[in-house]
Amino acid sequence: MGRNRLQHQVACMRRSLFDQGFLDEQFIQLEELQDDASPNFVQEIVTLFYTDSARLIQNIEQALNNGPIDFSKLDDYMHQFKGSSSSIGAKKVTDECKVFREYCSAENAQGCIRTFQQVKQEYAILRRKLEVYFQMVRQADVAHTP
Amino acid sequence: MVLGKGASSSLSRKMVDGAEDMVSNCNDFTVLVVDDDPVIRKLHDMHLKKFGLSAQVVENGKTAVDLCHFGATFNLILMDKEMPIMDGVEATKELRAMGVNSLIVGVTSRDSQYETQAFMEAGLDFCFEKPLTADKISFILQELNKKN
Repeated sequence: MGRNRLQHQVACMRRSLFDQGFLDEQFIQLEELQDDASPNFVQEIVTLFYTDSARLIQNIEQALNNGPIDFSKLDDYMHQFKGSSSSIGAKKVTDECKVFREYCSAENAQGCIRTFQQVKQEYAILRRKLEVYFQMVRQADVAHTP
Repeated sequence: MVLGKGASSSLSRKMVDGAEDMVSNCNDFTVLVVDDDPVIRKLHDMHLKKFGLSAQVVENGKTAVDLCHFGATFNLILMDKEMPIMDGVEATKELRAMGVNSLIVGVTSRDSQYETQAFMEAGLDFCFEKPLTADKISFILQELNKKN
């Protein structure tokens, strides 16, 4: 496939990630930081987010499932997770985190449990979409116009 | 592209508009990034590189205090609020009590104005919502130039 066509596909996929609300302008900030000296910066920081946040997801899971819920600790974990997700422009993930924190503030255990499922779902969906996106970017970079 | 002083890469680093002027004034500035979130550390480090600055990065307030206690000096400290072991409020108080007169800029994702105020009262020069952007870094460096 010609490079131009691949680049067009990359641009369309990127547009759809913003239009469908998966990403916000913070992701653009990441793209603007990428340059020749750090050509994979965006992918590196997204990878770092998913690697580091796995720990927070596990902490939240344990806090929800083990014994009486400590809402203060739960809120702290989610606050950290929300900070991280917003720093890569993960809009839907961050929005669900905000809903979760509202339930936390109200000490609504069922609300927290339900919303956490949404958080994890959006987190997984975005991960898959970004994996495909970065793969397309790589293909477009190495493709040569015939 | 003009490379910032201290840049070791032979590849061009795209610098933000106006960064060249700022770098010519502040290319000797030392910066400490204090944050327990590795994503934020990497992000802020990259933002600073765009202005030709290399930052030392640490994970919590205690490490920052220890560094300064053992003689390290920094023109600018970017201090996260929520950190384990020693948070940003406590670290800022300790640094000011030690006589550290660096420009200390707090970064927080806390929504509460009350908490931001408490952080400012610990001894910050400025406080911003995280993550920092190129505009905010530019503002901070302008203030740093004035101070120095």
